[in-house]
Amino acid sequence: MNPAGFDYYRAKSVDEAHRLLKAHPGAKLLAGGHSLIPLMKLRLSRPPAVVDIGKVAELSGITLKGDTLRIGALTTHAELSSSADVRKAAPALAEAAAMVGDQAVRNRGTIGGNVAHADPASDLPTVLVAADARLVAIGPSGERTIEAGKFFKGLMETALTEDEVLTTVLVPAVKAGEGTAYAKFSHPASRYAVIGAAASVTVRDGTCQSARVAVGGLVPRATRASSVESALSGQKLSAESIEKAAEKVGGDLGGDVLGDIYASADYRRAMAAVFVRRAIAAAADRAR
Amino acid sequence: MTTAMKPSASATSSRVFGSGIRRREDPRLVTGTARYTDDITLPGMVHAAILRSPHAHAKIRKIDTARAQSAPGVVGVYTARDIEGHLKPIPCLWLVPNTDLKIGTYSALATEYVRYVGDAVAVAVAETPYQAYDALDLIDVDYEVLPAVIDPQKSAQSDAPRVHGEFPSNQAFHWTVTGGSDIEAAFKSAEVVVKDRIIQQRLIPTAMETRSAVAQFVPATGELTLWNTTQNPHIVRFACSVVTGIPEDRLRVIAPEVGGGFGSKIAQYPGEFLAVFCSKKLGRPVKWTESRSENYQATTHGRDHVQEVELAATRDGRITGLRCKVWAGMGAYLSTAAPGIPTILHGLMLSGPYRIPAVHEDVYGVYTNTTPVEAYRGAGRPEATYMLERLIDKLARELKLDPVDVRRKNLIPPFNDGFDVVTGLKYDSGNYEGALAKALDQVNYKALRAEQARLREQGTYLGIGVSTYVEICGLGPSQVAGAVGFQGGLWESAIVRFHPTGKVNVFIGASPHGQGEETTFAQIVADEVGVAVDDVKVVHGDTDVTPMGWGTYGSRTTAVGGAALAVATRKIKEKAKALAAHLLEAAPEDIEYASGRFSVKGSPDHFKTIQDIALLANVAWNLPAGMEAGLEATTFYDPPNFSFPFGAHIAVVEVEAETGRTVLKRYVAVDDCGPQINPIIVEGQVHGGVVQGIGQALWEECVYDENGQLLTGSLTDYAIPRADVLPDIEVLSTVTPSPHHPLGVKGIGEAGTIASTAAVYNAVIDALAPLGVTGLQMPLTPERVWRAIQEQKKGARR
Repeated sequence: MNPAGFDYYRAKSVDEAHRLLKAHPGAKLLAGGHSLIPLMKLRLSRPPAVVDIGKVAELSGITLKGDTLRIGALTTHAELSSSADVRKAAPALAEAAAMVGDQAVRNRGTIGGNVAHADPASDLPTVLVAADARLVAIGPSGERTIEAGKFFKGLMETALTEDEVLTTVLVPAVKAGEGTAYAKFSHPASRYAVIGAAASVTVRDGTCQSARVAVGGLVPRATRASSVESALSGQKLSAESIEKAAEKVGGDLGGDVLGDIYASADYRRAMAAVFVRRAIAAAADRAR
Repeated sequence: MTTAMKPSASATSSRVFGSGIRRREDPRLVTGTARYTDDITLPGMVHAAILRSPHAHAKIRKIDTARAQSAPGVVGVYTARDIEGHLKPIPCLWLVPNTDLKIGTYSALATEYVRYVGDAVAVAVAETPYQAYDALDLIDVDYEVLPAVIDPQKSAQSDAPRVHGEFPSNQAFHWTVTGGSDIEAAFKSAEVVVKDRIIQQRLIPTAMETRSAVAQFVPATGELTLWNTTQNPHIVRFACSVVTGIPEDRLRVIAPEVGGGFGSKIAQYPGEFLAVFCSKKLGRPVKWTESRSENYQATTHGRDHVQEVELAATRDGRITGLRCKVWAGMGAYLSTAAPGIPTILHGLMLSGPYRIPAVHEDVYGVYTNTTPVEAYRGAGRPEATYMLERLIDKLARELKLDPVDVRRKNLIPPFNDGFDVVTGLKYDSGNYEGALAKALDQVNYKALRAEQARLREQGTYLGIGVSTYVEICGLGPSQVAGAVGFQGGLWESAIVRFHPTGKVNVFIGASPHGQGEETTFAQIVADEVGVAVDDVKVVHGDTDVTPMGWGTYGSRTTAVGGAALAVATRKIKEKAKALAAHLLEAAPEDIEYASGRFSVKGSPDHFKTIQDIALLANVAWNLPAGMEAGLEATTFYDPPNFSFPFGAHIAVVEVEAETGRTVLKRYVAVDDCGPQINPIIVEGQVHGGVVQGIGQALWEECVYDENGQLLTGSLTDYAIPRADVLPDIEVLSTVTPSPHHPLGVKGIGEAGTIASTAAVYNAVIDALAPLGVTGLQMPLTPERVWRAIQEQKKGARR
């Protein structure tokens, strides 16, 4: 597999990345390379230049301070899934990261690259939307923070501008009484999500105080399932009440349910409730 | 009953034959030091890339290569016009007789028409592979797109678009087999008939190494060396000579490390011949290596049958007749061995391990606008086994009998020395009931059925699937090869050469590419003449070095090549005996052999070792009158019959009704390949085979859209099995030696694939029985299973 010709630059800092992006219109940022390089090899993407930010120190590291987990954009899926801080403060994120691709992909692919690529079948965006995460991007004119729910705009489309570099993912740590989980229907070949469901449930005395539920894989962008959320809150949690709430997800999917030769849109629509139910049940279980 | 007739070969545990020593191939493979074709770099080498048709069927109006010719680094761009007179069409080498075979011209570069997405249109050669691929973007081809046909059964209809305009229809051949009593009468008098329409979906072999060739033509000598990923370098040399006109004696084919083939590297392809053409044209070495996308588009596929089958039986479950029609998709061109696969390797195995008094099959080989179809692990036999095993389960359901009982009622009883089969074959030896009994024991079948019933009451759908099979391998007697139109022999050869120090080189004509014969063949020699396994090096894959052989496919390398090696080694032993007698001043009949020593009867201290003999034979200071110097033997072994491994597999699955997902709970394989030279290698072959067969049942399907675009064009869409979705495979065996093989061995490369697809399919359908689902097409994806369950629910509500 031979990509078309391109120029390669390595940035040592975010500032340098900005300069290189400006100097080379159409250039693409390269982190772990697991989304961009396959596209380039297939010649579906032909950027004139690639700016490698893989060695930018300020983009790496995981820290848990107070009630916020700060995850550097270069954090790999393998690091996410094995980090004690992530497992403690964002269990669903660690769980989802362990389900991305295969071990080789998890060792190289990064959270920043994954999120910026915004493949609808990715796992992490769904979890981040359900977690009410925020994404920090630095552009030439400064830094801004974007809510995950507003970051994902559509099929491989985000709120990032051409000249912005995604630097950090901020995830609120789970609170007392809160449980989070991710349930996935994997494509047997790509291991992308045919359906991904993430849930965060806060429970007191067996009653759901609040819930955040998101689905991915079958919709163009990770999407909050608000009908499911409102059906859950205030409810005594039981297998029946969870199933009933999960069945509302059909109303949250919108008109653009995705399908392919492996799993049609109709089938995915029918399966969404199953995986939403499983995610909620697992999250509720952890909340206890 | 002679369930486990242990051969003399495994009588003592200290023997090298039968010991599970580690594969000597593995250190270089797992450390990344093995050298594949693409690792070969020669001074002055340039790189070729092939422009492939984006259309399944089109007329080429015009090709303009001017822009590509002048692109940076490009040294040549060639189209069909350039190869005319230099490359003859690629020959089909299995001309099955009495079939009205029609061979569409298979040119290395498309002339007037392209016939599948991936058909080669032009080749660009440049200093770097990147420049060669860049040049492809600059070749302008004006296509007139034509209607395409994909489905084999539709392609056989008279109004289908014609793949090869020169023929009256898309039918490439029509082959029939009829055996036993009158088939019409069998169905007329049948107490019960079950019918099925089966799609044997198209599969993509997916060898780990994609195809590659390096051609080095030396103008000064007129000699060509071709490094090539192939299963059969000697056939490549022969075919390459025919296509390129380079005489065979000046043509050397080397198969370096080959990263799997599964049948896809039997065939002859445009890529290799184009590399040769470009090297001749440019006077420089040329490398061509396909990408995975190209591999999926243009390296051969497997299976692709539509089968209409019916089984006649008595109400107590005795099969009285089997009749079927098969439309076998051949793709756009007849690949090297393609016509033989749905016919000889499929139709002649129609009756499987059962006594079926009457059989009849019509096979229609049809052209379609798709990638050519060739052998894929099992080649023809999985298509036969699956058909029969699926039908037998259907019959059992119809008669409300246990599927195991139906099998038992029909299995051929144990035999040690030949059983004449209704299709004309003679199975060599078999104990089908023995293998089945062992598999049933392993799963504790009765208890498992009780467990299944218990779980069903709780809404858990466990399924148990059984598959009993016999397969044909060890291809084969050359006389039969000739009679069935194979354009070559099917013998194998071996040279055993003892060096003065007692170390041994073995040269074989076969061409292992992952099967482990560098280890097992050393074990054969070590076992026969008492040298250490590590003192034997096995050399293969170089036509200038090894004797002629027909290659590694059809589980034939040990079954035929191993026999050649055993015979050659026994010749060495005879000569050693004669020389020992001379040196020990005894009569040859008084020389005894044991563990590498040749001693005089009655005086065991009076001996020569095989190493002594090797030295003395090579220095030749004192040989008996008339004995030639050296210790070397060559054998060309033509087997008297095929070999027929068999076994019984059982799959246990759980189907999750709410999603349709199948989870494999257990997999038991009992295979009988005769005595095992190396049980670890046998186990590895069973594992790989079983997994590929499971892949067909649950995940794999090559899909084209109606225009012939390949929708499963990469590993992100085409699902090959992964370790994390497979259970531990319980590998067991019985041992029934082949009566005609010098070592009794039969072959094990394909057995797993042949048995497992049906076992898993039957298990899933068994699981779905309480939900009313009685049949599905593969692969059994969650959606397919779920939809079938929904249909039944709807029906019940109605």
